[in-house]
Amino acid sequence: MTLSLESMTDAETSAQEHCGTDNRKDRAERMKLVCPAGSLPALTAAVDNGADDVYMGIRDETNARNFAGLNFDEKSMRDGIRYAHTHGVRVLMALNTFPQPTTWQKWQRAVDIAVDYGVDAIIVADMGLMNYAANKYPQLRLHLSVQGSATNYEAINFVHERFGITRAVLPRVLSIQQIAQVIAHTPVEIEAFGFGSLSIMVEGRCALSSYATGESPNTHGGCSPAKAVRWEKKADAPGVLDSHLGAVLIDRFSADERPGYPTLCRGRFKVNDDIYYAFEEPTSLNTLELLPKLQDMGVKAIKIEGRQRSPSYVALVTRVWREALNDCSSRPEAYQVRPAWQTALSRVAEGNQCTLGAYHRTWK
Amino acid sequence: MHAGRLSPDVEMMAARTTPVHLSLGSLLYYWPRDKVLAFYEEVETWPVDSVYLGETVCSKRFELRMADWLQIAKRLSDRGKQVVLSTCELIESESDLRTLRKITGNGEFLVEANDLGAVHLLAGKTPFVAGPYLNIYSRMSLEFYRGLGASRWVMPIELSEAGLREVLRDADLNMETEVFSYGRLPLAVSARCFTARYNNLSKDDCGFRCLEHPDGLTVSTQDDEAFLVMNGLQTQSARVYNLIDEVAGMIAMGVSHVRISPQSAHTADVVAQFHAATLGDAEATAKPAPWAPEIACNGYWYARPGLEQANAAGNIPASHGRKSST
Repeated sequence: MTLSLESMTDAETSAQEHCGTDNRKDRAERMKLVCPAGSLPALTAAVDNGADDVYMGIRDETNARNFAGLNFDEKSMRDGIRYAHTHGVRVLMALNTFPQPTTWQKWQRAVDIAVDYGVDAIIVADMGLMNYAANKYPQLRLHLSVQGSATNYEAINFVHERFGITRAVLPRVLSIQQIAQVIAHTPVEIEAFGFGSLSIMVEGRCALSSYATGESPNTHGGCSPAKAVRWEKKADAPGVLDSHLGAVLIDRFSADERPGYPTLCRGRFKVNDDIYYAFEEPTSLNTLELLPKLQDMGVKAIKIEGRQRSPSYVALVTRVWREALNDCSSRPEAYQVRPAWQTALSRVAEGNQCTLGAYHRTWK
Repeated sequence: MHAGRLSPDVEMMAARTTPVHLSLGSLLYYWPRDKVLAFYEEVETWPVDSVYLGETVCSKRFELRMADWLQIAKRLSDRGKQVVLSTCELIESESDLRTLRKITGNGEFLVEANDLGAVHLLAGKTPFVAGPYLNIYSRMSLEFYRGLGASRWVMPIELSEAGLREVLRDADLNMETEVFSYGRLPLAVSARCFTARYNNLSKDDCGFRCLEHPDGLTVSTQDDEAFLVMNGLQTQSARVYNLIDEVAGMIAMGVSHVRISPQSAHTADVVAQFHAATLGDAEATAKPAPWAPEIACNGYWYARPGLEQANAAGNIPASHGRKSST
């Protein structure tokens, strides 16, 4: 990409065309499908259904899906990595929370473990940890996590210059034009979210959960933790069910509503006299219809969210996206979203509905 | 409106040397131009040492332009304040980057870096303040930023007293440490504008409704507890974080700067009270101020949910900070 800065005045609209042309030569290498592995059965499901990369975490707060019963101990890690490698699938280790004041050595040990077990890359958010990994293991492939909050190319290029990162995962806040703009100005591979839970806040920049419960993604690897959830039937209102997170009432469901998990930013709150989803409705991100565009822009990998979801979710979503990516890379001009894909995905989507999120500017 | 100039007593106190500095964080809300100019004219007389300036929340807010901020900066600097220009917490577009480069390349004032893009433009070139959004939770990460030239860091709001103590444990840090100590907590940032969404407007055509909410727009739970505050792209706590009782402890620990976040009323009083606290005037902090917020919180400092209010022993009084279940 040789576009000079001077020619980039208001480049958000033109960057897309430019990089479409410039990246065409790279297109032989199709976009990688990066799938969640919250457990060994989920990893197997991802591998069997066509993932190019799987990502996993160790069973502690060093990763952003630190939920009871999820993630990998030593044995399942060894088995999982062997299974993936036997099938030509790469394994990425998420070490994407922020090392804490008294326990930061645990994050360093997690890097050592990842290298020891032979993962293909680690996904890191904290600059101190990135520094450790890059110095100790110069050959280790480094990805910048979405939790690193790098929303522009200056940020990504900083991490590239310092640590030689290969890939950066973009926060789910950029529009498609802004993603094109980033790609036009960085040598780093860009990974974008394709499907799954939609983060409303910039990843790595949200403390709502710890405000209510004491635990957040940054500090404990979890948002709206299950142990802080409390359901309460209203004695004075039959059929009404309240969901609390810590001391906070997140939502109130009437008898004819299906209660949803009280994720803080998906609650119904009151502003003046309006009670509504003040931040976001329960919905999933789904960018199937944007695939040819993302491919043409030079996005190198598509990430599926959901390490906290079941192996059957992983199997279904991986299969759909494998087919879509195959269609898109073989005949991009004829690409069409198949109704069966959408039906399958909306079955597993939050609130059974999907959105294009920030990719589509009107969402903002 | 805020409560005017300080009494001569307080101004005199300001002349004394204090072991810790007061800083005034960047203005997080969107106020009309005249109100902003009047506010900073008053700040010239307040006993604050560092003043952070600039729009850090939304790049669409333009009541003041870069030249205006620089003019305010020069005046405050002439009055002996250390001025720090803060960069925006969310940098997305090429236009955002142009503004960012103007700030980082200003050539005169210290800059607070609030994302890695800003760090890129400052590292190795000039000393800078590592802002609270850089997520520095450990000594390992702090030392990395020190190596890039950060001369001060602002700890993340989530960090507790015990956590900060651990980060500062080894004496040879050779950096200044700042703690967000008063104001509604900036909890989250989004690309979505929640104020526009409330008004059924798109972000691109938002009508600058933030101007109608000089302290943000309160979000309550369905049982009418004030919970959060919408401030455009930013979500804040509804409760006011108040570490006035912790100032002595901070000084003992080696904190160099105590940050107060501007609000539409009584900021001068808050500054005066914190100033008294930095001088060890226990009486000034013991009496509840008539303007004090309805409900304060300090939970993060005690490693508890941020919205809780703990007493000095870190305990939560049974009747406070937690609604009894019905």
